[in-house]
Amino acid sequence: MVSLEEGGFAFFLVLLAFACLIIAGKTFDQVMAFHAMIGAVLAGACVFVIFKNYFNDGGMPIPQEIGGKPNYNMGPIKFGSVAAMFWGIAGFTVGLIIALQLAYPALNFDLPWTNFGRLRPLHTSAVIFAFGGNVLLATSMYVVQRTCRARMPGKILPWFVIIGYNVFILIAGTGYLLGATQGKEYAEPEWYADLWLTVVWVAYLLLFLGTIWRRKEPHIYVANWFYLAFIVTIAMLHITNNLTIPVSIYSTQSVIVWSGVQDAMVQWWYGHNAVGFFLTAGFLAIMYYFIPKRAERPVYSYRLSIVHFWALIFIYIWAGPHHLHYTALPQWASTLGATFSIILWMPSWGGMINGLMTLSGAWDKLRTDPVLRMMVVSVAFYGMSTFEGPLMSLRAVNSLSHYTDWTIGHVHSGALGWVGYISFGALYCLIPWLWNKKGLYSLKLVNWHFWLSTLGIVLYITAMWVSGIMQGLMWRAYDQLGFLEYSFVETVEAMHPFYVIRALGGALFVVGALIMAYNLWMTVRHGEAEEAEAAPTGSLAAAE
Amino acid sequence: MNETYTAVAGFAQTWGLLYFVILFAIVVAYALWPKNRKSFDDAAQIPLRED
Amino acid sequence: MSVWSKHQIFEKNSFILLIGILVMVSIGGLVEIAPLFYLKSTIEKTEGMRPYTPLELAGREIYVREGCYTCHSQMIRPMRDELERYGHFSLAAESMYDHPFQWGSKRTGPDLARVGGKYSDAWHVEHLENPRSLVPASIMPGYPFLTETPLDTRDIGNLLKANVIVGVPYTEAQLDAANMDIRAQAMPDTDAAYEFEERWPNAIVRDFDGNPVQVSEMDALVAYLQMLGTLVDFSIYDDKANLR
Repeated sequence: MVSLEEGGFAFFLVLLAFACLIIAGKTFDQVMAFHAMIGAVLAGACVFVIFKNYFNDGGMPIPQEIGGKPNYNMGPIKFGSVAAMFWGIAGFTVGLIIALQLAYPALNFDLPWTNFGRLRPLHTSAVIFAFGGNVLLATSMYVVQRTCRARMPGKILPWFVIIGYNVFILIAGTGYLLGATQGKEYAEPEWYADLWLTVVWVAYLLLFLGTIWRRKEPHIYVANWFYLAFIVTIAMLHITNNLTIPVSIYSTQSVIVWSGVQDAMVQWWYGHNAVGFFLTAGFLAIMYYFIPKRAERPVYSYRLSIVHFWALIFIYIWAGPHHLHYTALPQWASTLGATFSIILWMPSWGGMINGLMTLSGAWDKLRTDPVLRMMVVSVAFYGMSTFEGPLMSLRAVNSLSHYTDWTIGHVHSGALGWVGYISFGALYCLIPWLWNKKGLYSLKLVNWHFWLSTLGIVLYITAMWVSGIMQGLMWRAYDQLGFLEYSFVETVEAMHPFYVIRALGGALFVVGALIMAYNLWMTVRHGEAEEAEAAPTGSLAAAE
Repeated sequence: MNETYTAVAGFAQTWGLLYFVILFAIVVAYALWPKNRKSFDDAAQIPLRED
Repeated sequence: MSVWSKHQIFEKNSFILLIGILVMVSIGGLVEIAPLFYLKSTIEKTEGMRPYTPLELAGREIYVREGCYTCHSQMIRPMRDELERYGHFSLAAESMYDHPFQWGSKRTGPDLARVGGKYSDAWHVEHLENPRSLVPASIMPGYPFLTETPLDTRDIGNLLKANVIVGVPYTEAQLDAANMDIRAQAMPDTDAAYEFEERWPNAIVRDFDGNPVQVSEMDALVAYLQMLGTLVDFSIYDDKANLR
């Protein structure tokens, strides 16, 4: 018999394919037609794979345990980690391109699909949602299974989550290039992409909770708390911020229900908590699993991690309005946001201390293990960004830093240093584990990756500090007669050398990531096999 | 206008503050409660136990 | 048995953990967002605000599509240098019909909240096509394709209707004539333009891109840029009454 799960997914996907075909046939919006065709083809292909798989294994249930050990489902995790590496390199490269465009504007080529305005959302979404998202999906599936000692529920569900998420990325990214965007920063995907993500995200929540419900371990390990907070809060933020009225179901255009000042508040409540719950809570979960695992010692203080968790999620959610100092947002709101941003410093540093001190008594490992070093440096960057952030949320500092490159530098010290490095560390751990290898192909290459990208980050953030503070000061400079000293374009001219340095930093980071990809590829292809464990089974081979 | 601000600020500085302090106290007490020690120590070992 | 050992409920019961998280993360948003909808002082009392005309709205869609907000803000802060450089600080009322808002977060280029009327149409067209022909040190991309691309007006009626659903006060007459008005605003001295002016008393009718043969995307974008920040009548605006 076809199981309810298989039948249900096949039925849903068939309906989806037909709906897409109808929309593709009736729309005069070419982007919509293109996306509907992608949807129809992929949905059809997935139905085919579901049935092919069913006829191959005759609907045999997958064993939950083999030889008394949980039969972990590693297939979707492999898919996610490969996707993360792919999107990472794509996203970093687009970042490098737009950095070069700011230094040499001829590189915009004056075409619609290559101009900075379309590529910049492609860069931010590719690194945050495509790279970061796949890292979070892959690691969360791994960590929740391992710490619960249970296999993820469902045969199709895990694949639906990981493939569905990557289809969302594909639709969103191609949409930006072709001009489909709703024009909200970090929430650019149009209404149908948002709707699809909502479906995938609910499936993800069920998958995650389902694994927790099957756990053999009485406790829910703290990393899973962070993952759960990330999943639940992102759902809430995504739905609220993207409430929208489509112009028609045949059109990519839509109209956001919020307007003006309220929309600004909702947007930055979303935007800052995307940082807080996507780029912080999710990656803290990685920290709480991978650093203890790699250092082979338990987290420094489990009690601190509990206080860290509740304080962080409670305080973070308030911090958004500090993005709107001195704007038309009523001052009480931005002041409230700034107040909480200052308080947020404490749980952030609590978490940092907890991560770093896990190494106490094993500091020598930093010398011998570049992967652990990468993760520890990542936590140090986390500490630096979470110190700089509250500082920049102060009204007086913000009046200078807002609208300048200082903000860009701040974001990148968090994104490249914290999120990037903890992700690289997690992938360096995960790939050998997933493919049953003894270790990485080359630790020397990890070292190269580490030093090249560290140099890149340092160049990037120092260039942005200088250019940001300099531009902020130039905007408000007066000459002796009481006139504004610089025209706007003079301040733009002054940025040029720093934009070149920044692009150089970005290039080093991209080179580092390429070295990493090569290293991981060689690990999978030629790494020495781990003997003790059997190969993981039960993955949907056809979809890989 | 100013009245709304004063009212909101007044509320935040009294009840709001009290609420945060209580919440924080609960979380800290929970984390530090002696009886919970063993279970936390146990939980911290979860990633390291091989299966 | 102490009440605290029962507190393990969080670690052992995923459902309660879930509720705990939801409660914690809901409070901040509620407190910060909800008052903005019912506190009357959030949006100032002004004279002159009106919804976008169909052509301006279409131009705004192009502004969004090309990602102009990634480099240009539309939010002037109340600081001496900004007031001198850009004009009166931005009011909440000025973006009350913006779905979504376009305040931006980065000034790679200058603020555009009051760019309307500062330059001629011809300047905008030339500058958008080739920014460095007018500002040699500019790092803005060129958008020559806007002049060549005819404006797609097929969905404009639906676009206005969707705006009505979210609360923008378009009149019946404005909705019915949207398909004509979107072209009429760029065709001065025609009958359609006279009718347009009746429905939109304080909108500008001009051949924005200087090409009378077609209504292009450039027409729409320039029409939008030329009205930015020009609606509110600051001669009768009372700063003190709206102090927040």
